[in-house]
Amino acid sequence: MYAATRNSGHVAAAPSPDSVGGEGGPVGTPIAFRGAHQGGIVTPAQDRMHFVALDVVSESAEDLRSMLTAWTRAAERMTYGAEAAPGGAVGLGPYGVPTDTGEALDLPPANLTITIGYGPSLFERFGLAGRKPEALHDLPAFMGDDLDPATCGGDICIQACADDPQVAVHAVRNLIRLGFGVVAVRWSQLGFGRTSSTSVAQKTPRNLFGFKDGTNNVKAEDAEGLAQHVWVAPEDVPGGAAWMAGGSYLVARRIRMHIEVWDRTNLQEQQDIFGRGKLEGEPLGAKKEFDAINFAATRTDGQPAIPMAAHIRLAHADNLNGVRILRRGYNFTDGSDGLGHLNAGLFFVAFMRDAHAQFVPMQRALAAKDVLNEYIEHTGSALFACPPGLADGADWGTQLFG
Amino acid sequence: MSARLTTRPALALLGAAGLALTGCGGSSSPSGSGSASGGPITVNATDTECQVSTATAPAGTITFKVTNTGTKINEFYVYAEGDRIVGEVENITPGISRDFHVEVTEPGTYQTACKPGMVGDGIRAAFTVTGDAPAAKTDDEDLKTAVTGYSRWVNSQADEFLKETTAFVALVKAGKVEEAKAAYPHARSYWERIEPVAESFGDLDPMIDGREDVTAEGMEFTGYHRLEKDLWVDGLQKDSNAIADKLLADVTELVTKAKSVELNPLQLANGSKALLDEIATGKVTGEEERYSHTDLWDFEANFEGSKQAIAELRPFLEKKDPDLVAKIDSTGKALGDLLETYRDGDGFKLYTDLTEDDVKKLTQALDAFSENVAQVAGVVAKA
Repeated sequence: MYAATRNSGHVAAAPSPDSVGGEGGPVGTPIAFRGAHQGGIVTPAQDRMHFVALDVVSESAEDLRSMLTAWTRAAERMTYGAEAAPGGAVGLGPYGVPTDTGEALDLPPANLTITIGYGPSLFERFGLAGRKPEALHDLPAFMGDDLDPATCGGDICIQACADDPQVAVHAVRNLIRLGFGVVAVRWSQLGFGRTSSTSVAQKTPRNLFGFKDGTNNVKAEDAEGLAQHVWVAPEDVPGGAAWMAGGSYLVARRIRMHIEVWDRTNLQEQQDIFGRGKLEGEPLGAKKEFDAINFAATRTDGQPAIPMAAHIRLAHADNLNGVRILRRGYNFTDGSDGLGHLNAGLFFVAFMRDAHAQFVPMQRALAAKDVLNEYIEHTGSALFACPPGLADGADWGTQLFG
Repeated sequence: MSARLTTRPALALLGAAGLALTGCGGSSSPSGSGSASGGPITVNATDTECQVSTATAPAGTITFKVTNTGTKINEFYVYAEGDRIVGEVENITPGISRDFHVEVTEPGTYQTACKPGMVGDGIRAAFTVTGDAPAAKTDDEDLKTAVTGYSRWVNSQADEFLKETTAFVALVKAGKVEEAKAAYPHARSYWERIEPVAESFGDLDPMIDGREDVTAEGMEFTGYHRLEKDLWVDGLQKDSNAIADKLLADVTELVTKAKSVELNPLQLANGSKALLDEIATGKVTGEEERYSHTDLWDFEANFEGSKQAIAELRPFLEKKDPDLVAKIDSTGKALGDLLETYRDGDGFKLYTDLTEDDVKKLTQALDAFSENVAQVAGVVAKA
C-alpha cells in the first residue's frame, strides 16, 4: 500500500486526525516565518547553526530575483518542517530527481529559522546601487586581524538555526541546490553550540573558554533596547534604501581560539581576562551573574576588582557611549589544524542597527587592549544587511528589487 | 570509473510512468458515485478533516475546488501509487478557496490528501478514476529517433577510438615517446565521449581505464593509465610493449561490444548526467590524468558526450519541457564558453596550470549545467 514508503504506519484508506501530528508529523510549534522582523534574530537562540555566505555567479538580475522568490517558498516550507517542495523526496516518481534531499523527513521543525542577508558587494551589480543602505559598507581592518580572504565577505548570507543540526544543514543544502547557476557557496560555518541567550527565559551558555559571555545581551523582551540598538529605523534608511527599515545588520566574525594555550592558564588569570567568575559568571567583586557591574570596586590591595583591560570592561556599554549589540554566536570545531591542536573557536554573530556605529567602536576598543587577544585570532569577517520580515504574500525577490 | 550505465532491462523502455499510473491494486472501492461533470469536486479542508465531495471521477481533466476552513496553511494532493504526485496545490491559507486542475489519463485508484500545516502524510482517502486506458502515446517516435541517432553516434566514436588506439599503441611500441604523448589525450577523448556505454562491460573498464590505486586486488595495472605513467614518469618499461598489445586487444573487444549495445531513451538521459558526474568527481579534480595532467581534454570529451545525448533527445524535450531546454542551453553555453578560455592550441591547458579560482569557476558552471541535465530523465520517463 501507499504507506509502505513512509514510516508513519498510517493506513491509506482510513484518514483520521491522527494522521497529522503523529509519527513523522510535526512536533512543537514552528517559528513564524513571516512577520515584522525575520526569525533568527530575537528568536530564542537555538542550539545549532549552519551559516553560509554565497557569491552571485549569474549576471542576470532576473535570475537572482526568481531564485530569491523560489528560496522564499522553500524557506517557508522548511520552517514549517515540510519538504522544500511538495512531495519533494519521492513524489516525482522513480525517474524524477527529488526536489527535497530527504534527510529531514520525519524530523520536527526543531525551531528552524532561516535568515537572509545581503553583502555590500551585491549592491554594486544588478542595478541595485540606488537601493544600497548607506551603513552597508565593508568593516575596517582591526588591529590583530588575521583574515583569510576565503572566509570573508559574500554577496548573500543564509543563517539557518535549529535545535537539530540535521534540520539546519538540510535547510542550507536545499537552498543551495535551488541556487545552482545563480549563486555559489563562498564559505560556510557550522556551529555546534549557542554562546548567547536572546531571551530572559534562557540561561547564558558558555564559550569554549568555559565562560559565560554576553550576560547583558539585548534580549527579545526589551522592546526599547531592540528599537534603539537592533532594528533599523525608517529614518536610518531614507530614499531607495527604505526597504531595509525593520531589518538589522549582521556582523559575522570567525574567531579562532587557541584553546590549548588557554587551558594551561591559571584560573585567576582567566577570570581577570574576562572580568567574571568562571562558575557563576558574576562580575568580579559581585556575587551573582546578573548583579550590577561595579567598575569602581577595588580589591583589598587597592587594584580594580575588574582589571582595566578586562573583556567586560572594554565591551561594556558604559565605556562605549552606550553602544550595545545583540549577540547570537556559536561555538565551532572545524576538525584539527594538523599541528596537534583543535581548530576551534567562536563564530561570532551579532545583530545591530548600524555596524559602523556599534560593532566598529566596540571591536576597536577590544582589538587595542583586550588581553583575550593573546588567545584568539579573527580569521573571517563579513557584514550583511538582513531585510525586515516578510508580510503575507511577499517574497525576498520583490523585497530586494522593489 | 563510477557512473556505470546499467544495461539491464530494469529501465524498461518508455513504459515506466504508465506502470506507476496503472499499478494501483484497486482493492478499495469508491465510496461515492458522482462524477466531475457537474462542476468542480469540492474539498472542505479543516485542521483535522479533508472532506472530498466525491471519490470518483472519469479520466481526463479533473477539477477540484479546495476551501481551507481551518486555521493552518493547507495543501491538497492527488497521489498515484508510491506517493507519486499527480497534482498538488500548495499555500492555501485559511479562508481561501483554490481551483486546481489535474490531468489523469490512466484509470485506477489514487489518493487524495489534505495536509494542514504542510507536513506529515496528510489526511488521505481513496479516489477512483474510471474510464478506458488511453491509446498508445505518440511520443515514441521522437524517442526512437533519439535512440537511433545516439547509437549511430556511439558507433562512430567507438570506431574512432579503435583507430586512434591502434595508432597510439604503434607509437608506444616504436618507442616514439613524444609522439605517443601527443596522441594520448586525443585517443582517450573518444573513450571519454561514450564513457557510460564504454565502461559498462565488466573488467574491460578497469583493464583499459583503471588507475593504479583503484585496480582491484590481484588485478594487474594495465591500460591507458599504465602507459600514461610510463610515458610521463617512469619511461618505457620492459613490459610496455606487452601492455600496449593488451590495450589494443581489450579496446578491440570493447568496441565490438559497445556497438552491439541496445539503448533506451532513459539510458540516454541518465548517460548524459553520468558523463557530467564523471567530470565532477574525476576530471575537474585532476584525478583522472594524474601523470599527463590532460584532464581538460577528458572534461571536454565528457561534456560533448553529454551534449550529444541531449541533442538527440531535443525534439522530444522541446515538446515536453521547453523551459528545461532553455535552461540546458544557457547553462551549457556558459560552461562551453568558459572551457574555451582554457584552450591551448588544439588542446587545453594542463590541469597543473589551472589556479584554484579556475577550478572553482569550472566547478560552478558544471554544477549549474548538471542540475538541469539531471532533470531530463524525469521528463523522458513521463513519455
